Amino acid sequence: MLRAALPLLGLPLAGAGATEKPTQEPGSPGEPPPGLALFRWQWHEVEAPYLVALWILVASLAKIVFHLSRKVTSLVPESCLLILLGLALGGIVLAVAKKAEYQLEPGTFFLFLLPPIVLDSGYFMPSRLFFDNLGAILTYAVVGTLWNAFTTGAALWGLQQAGLVAPRVQAGLLDFLLFGSLISAVDPVAVLAVFEEVHVNETLFIIVFGESLLNDAVTVVLYKVCNSFVEMGSANVRATDYLKGVASLFVVSLGGAAVGLVFAFLLALTTRFTKRVRIIEPLLVFLLAYAAYLTAEMASLSAILAVTMCGLGCKKYVEANISHKSRTAVKYTMKTLASCAETVIFMLLGISAVDSSKWAWDSGLVLGTLFFILFFRALGVVLQTWVLNQFRLVPLDKIDQVVMSYGGLRGAVAFALVILLDRTKVPAKDYFVATTIVVVFFTVIVQGLTIKPLVKWLKVKRSEHHKPTLNQELHEHTFDHILAAVEDVVGHHGYHYWRDRWEQFDKKYLSQLLMRRSAYRIRDQIWDVYYRLNIRDAISFVDQGGHVLSSTGLTLPSMPSRNSMAETSVTNLLRESGSGACLDLQVIDTVRSGRDREDAAMHHLLCGGLYKPRRRKDGVANTEATNGKPPRDLGFHDTAAVILTVESEEEEDSDSSETEKEDDEGIIFVARATSEVLQEGKASGSLEVCPSPRIIPPSPTCAEKELPWKSGQGDLAVYVSSETTKIVPVDMQTGWNQSISSLESLASPPCTQAPTMTRLPPRPRAPEEPQVPLKLPLSSDPHSCFAFPPSLAKAGRSRSESSADIPQQQELQPLMGHKDHTHLSPGTANSHWCIHFNKGGRL
Amino acid sequence: MGSRSSHAAKIPDVDSIRRETGFSQASLLRLYHRFRALDRTGKGYLSRLDLQQIEALAVNPLGDRIIDSFFPDGSLRLDFPGFVRVLAHFRPVDEEEDGNRDPKEPEPLNSRMNKLRFAFQLYDLDRDGKISRHEMLQVLRLMVGVQVTEEQLESIADRTVQEADEDGDGAVSFLEFTKEGSFLVVEDGHAQLQASILLAVGRDFLFSTIPSRVSLASLEPCPFSRGMELSIWPGLCHVPTTKAKK
Repeated sequence: MLRAALPLLGLPLAGAGATEKPTQEPGSPGEPPPGLALFRWQWHEVEAPYLVALWILVASLAKIVFHLSRKVTSLVPESCLLILLGLALGGIVLAVAKKAEYQLEPGTFFLFLLPPIVLDSGYFMPSRLFFDNLGAILTYAVVGTLWNAFTTGAALWGLQQAGLVAPRVQAGLLDFLLFGSLISAVDPVAVLAVFEEVHVNETLFIIVFGESLLNDAVTVVLYKVCNSFVEMGSANVRATDYLKGVASLFVVSLGGAAVGLVFAFLLALTTRFTKRVRIIEPLLVFLLAYAAYLTAEMASLSAILAVTMCGLGCKKYVEANISHKSRTAVKYTMKTLASCAETVIFMLLGISAVDSSKWAWDSGLVLGTLFFILFFRALGVVLQTWVLNQFRLVPLDKIDQVVMSYGGLRGAVAFALVILLDRTKVPAKDYFVATTIVVVFFTVIVQGLTIKPLVKWLKVKRSEHHKPTLNQELHEHTFDHILAAVEDVVGHHGYHYWRDRWEQFDKKYLSQLLMRRSAYRIRDQIWDVYYRLNIRDAISFVDQGGHVLSSTGLTLPSMPSRNSMAETSVTNLLRESGSGACLDLQVIDTVRSGRDREDAAMHHLLCGGLYKPRRRKDGVANTEATNGKPPRDLGFHDTAAVILTVESEEEEDSDSSETEKEDDEGIIFVARATSEVLQEGKASGSLEVCPSPRIIPPSPTCAEKELPWKSGQGDLAVYVSSETTKIVPVDMQTGWNQSISSLESLASPPCTQAPTMTRLPPRPRAPEEPQVPLKLPLSSDPHSCFAFPPSLAKAGRSRSESSADIPQQQELQPLMGHKDHTHLSPGTANSHWCIHFNKGGRL
Repeated sequence: MGSRSSHAAKIPDVDSIRRETGFSQASLLRLYHRFRALDRTGKGYLSRLDLQQIEALAVNPLGDRIIDSFFPDGSLRLDFPGFVRVLAHFRPVDEEEDGNRDPKEPEPLNSRMNKLRFAFQLYDLDRDGKISRHEMLQVLRLMVGVQVTEEQLESIADRTVQEADEDGDGAVSFLEFTKEGSFLVVEDGHAQLQASILLAVGRDFLFSTIPSRVSLASLEPCPFSRGMELSIWPGLCHVPTTKAKK
C-alpha cells in the first residue's frame, strides 16, 4: 500500500524537489538533434524528481523489509532501523561518490517533510484527551523547554569554564544557550515514532507527545532570540531586547495558534460547500493545512503550532462535511504522507551523519551534553510534576515521571536547526553539529531501544483498547452534564463549566455556520457511535461469513453445489451459536435431510459484501445468484429476498439546492431468507422447524419483547445464518446480538412515505401471507425470528447523502429475477420481495 | 449576598456535617455562602425553583434530573446539610483512606460506588435499582441532541440496554452499570472497577482553581471515549486487550 501510494507522493515532492535543486544542465534540448533519435536519454531533465521518488522508494522498501521479521520490529523501533540504514546508505554514497550527498537539508525538512507529520498528528489528535491535559502539556512544553534550554546551556558553559571542554570549542555563554535551546526541545517525530510502538497509557502519551508538539513555539522563539543575540554580539544586547524576546514568545505561539485556527475555520467553511465537487475534498484539507503551515512560517510564527491547531480545530467540522470516501481518503493520504516523511527523515538523518566534513568532535562537549540533557530533563520533569500534582486530580506517579523523562527524545528538528546555524557567527558550529548528531542518535537508538523493556519492567500502565460501546459514550456525556451542572450549582466556573459553555456556543453558532445542514442535523456523538457499531458489526459479519465458508471448504458462493457434509457442519455451528439475530444478511438455504430434520440450513456468503455501492448492483446479483443448492430433498422452499437500500437522509430542506446526490453513499443490503418448511406440511410449525437439541435458544431480546412485530413468528421458519456467533470469538457474540437491533434500526427508521414494495413472483403460500408478509433471514430459534412488516420496514437510515430514487428500485428487479432462475427449482414456492427502503421523510 | 462572616461557626451543625461529608472548614464556608446566595428570599432552605433559576442549569439536558437528585424522596426543601451531602459525592476519592478505613463506618459519600450510584440514580427514575429500557430511552431522548426519530432512538436504547445487560433481564442493574460490559479490569490481583476509576481521570490543573479539596471534577468521566478515539491512533490501538475480562 505504501508502494502504491508512492506515485501519488512522488508528485508533490517531486515538484518540490525540482524547486529545491533545479536541474543542473538544460541538457540536450538546447541543440537541435542531428536526426530523429530513436532513443534519447534525458536523465538530467528528470533527475531531481527522479531522485526524490527513488529515495522514498528506497525508504519504503526498507520499511517493508524491516517488517518482514516481526521479531526485529518488535524489539527495535523502526526509527532506529531507518537511521542505521541511513548510515549504511550514507557510507555507500560516500564511498561511491567520494562526497556526502543527499543529506537532510533544513529547507526540505521544514517545508516538505515536517508538515505532513505534524498535520497527521494534529488532525488525529484525541482532542478530548488533549484538552483534559492541556495544563500539564503546556507546563511541560513551555516551562520544561525553557528550563531545559537554560540549564543545559548554562551547565555546558560551566563545563567549559571548568576546562572540561577543549579550548578549541570557541563558544561563549550565548552560544551555549543557543545550543541549549535547539537541543532541549523534545522532538515530535522521534517521540511519535517511538511511543507509537510502546503503547503507554493515553495520558502519558498525550502529555509527552503534546509537549513535543507545543514546545515548537518555545524552541523557535528561543532559537531565534539566541541566534539574533549571538549575531548581534552579546555586547550589543540591550534590556529591551530581552523584553522583546519574552514578548516574541507570546507573539510566536499565540500567533501561530491563531493562524492555525483561522485556516481551520476557512477549511471547515470551504468543505461546507463542496457537495457537488466531492473529489477535491481531500485536497482541500491538505492544501489549507499546508497553507497554514506556510503562512505561519512566512510570518515566522510557530508553524508546527499552526498546523496542529488547524488540524485540531477543523477536524470535527470537516469530518462532518466531507463524504465518507473523502474521509477515508484524507485519513489514508495523511497517514501515508506522514509515514513516508518520517521514514525519509530518519533515513536522511542517518545519511547526513556520515558526512564528517561538517562535524568536529569534542568528547567533553558530547558527553557533557548527553549527561545534561538527561539529567535536566529528569530534574525538570520531577519538579514540574510535583507542582502539577498539587492540582491534578489524578497525579502522575513516579513511574510516569520516569517514562516522561526517558521519553524526551531529540530528533530531526534539532538537527535541522543546528545545520541552519551560521558558521561565521557561531564558530563552534561544527562541534555543535557533531554533538547534536550524537544526541539525536543516542536518544533515538539507545533510548528508543530501551524504552520498551523499561516500560515493561516498570509495569507502566499500558493503553487498553476498548471497543466503543454505547454505554460508555452515553455515560460519558451524562457525566459531563452532571459535572457541569454541579459546577453551576456550586457557582464554580471550572473546567467543566467552560467546556459546557463552549459546547453550547459550538452547537448554537459554530456548528451551524461550519457544518452543512444535513451533517449538522445528524451529528451527534451517541448516534455516531451507534452508527459505527452497526457498520462494524456488518463488516465483521461479512468477514466472518467469508471465513466460514472457506474454512469448511465452501470456497465461494459462486460454486454451483456444495457437499452436504459441509452444509451440515455449518448448520450445526450456526445452530449451536443460537444467536437470536437474523441480522446477517446472509443467504441461507435450508434443506431438510431425512435423518436430520433441522439440519437443513445452508449459508451463503452474501456476495461480496454486506453493503455495496449502488453502482455495483449487478455484481451483487451475480454473486448472489450462485447459491449452490444441495440436490437433496427439497421440500418447501421459501425464499424471500429482502433488499434494504439504505438511503441517506439528505437535506430536503426548503432550499432546493441543498438536495444533493451522492452515488457513493448508497448502501444496499441484500439478504435472502430461505425458510424451510417441513415436509409434513406444518405450515405453522415455527417451533418444530428447529428442534435440534443443540440449539440454545437465546433469551428474547427486549426489543422482541417490546416490539410485537419483532417477535412475530412466522409460519415460515426462517433460518438465519448466525455463524458469526459461533466462529467468532466469544466476545463478538454480544456484539452480534446487538447487531440485531442494528439491523432493525437500519430497517425501521420511519419515513413519511410508505416503502415501495415490489413483489415479483406470485406467492403461493397465501394463508401465511397476511400474518407474515415478509421474512428476513432468521436464526433457527423461532423466538428470535422477526420480520419486517412492510409498514414497519420503512426507511433505511444512513448518514449518506443521497436521496432515494425510483430507478434504483427498478434496477434491483432484474437482480431478483436472476436469482430466481439460478436458485430455485421449478415448482418451488417462492416469493420475492423487493423492498425499497428509502428515506422519505425528514428527520 | 449573605452574611459576610467568615466564621464557619455560623453554619449550623458544622462539625457533624464535616464529619459526614469530609469537606474542610473552608470548603463548607464557601458552600454555605453559595447556599445563601442561591436562597434568594432568605428562607433558610432551597426550593426547586431556586435551583432552576441557575441559568446554565436550564440548558443542561440533565438539569432537571440533577435538581431532582438534590430533593430525595420528593421533599420540597433542601437544607444546607442536604445540599452539602449531595455535593460531597463530588469530592475526589480519598485513595489513601480506602485501605485503612474502619469497616464499620458507612462508606464515604465520595467513594467510587457512591459516585456511580449517584449517576445511576439519574437514570433510574423509578428507583427500582434497574435501568429499564424505558428509562434508558428517556435519558437518550435528553442526550441525543439531533433530530432522531423515536424509532431510531428506541433502537439505540435497545442496543444500549443489551450491551450492558448481562443477566438478560432486559434492564441494566447497578452492578451491570458499574461494569459497563468490559470495564471490570483485573489489576494487581484484585478487581478494580475501571469505570469508577475513569470517573476520576485527568483533571486539568489550569481550570481547577477551586480552593481546598472541594474538587468537583472528581466525577470526571474518562478523558475520552476509550476505544473510540483510540482507533485514531493507529499505534495505540493495536494492543490486544490482554487484561482479563469478566
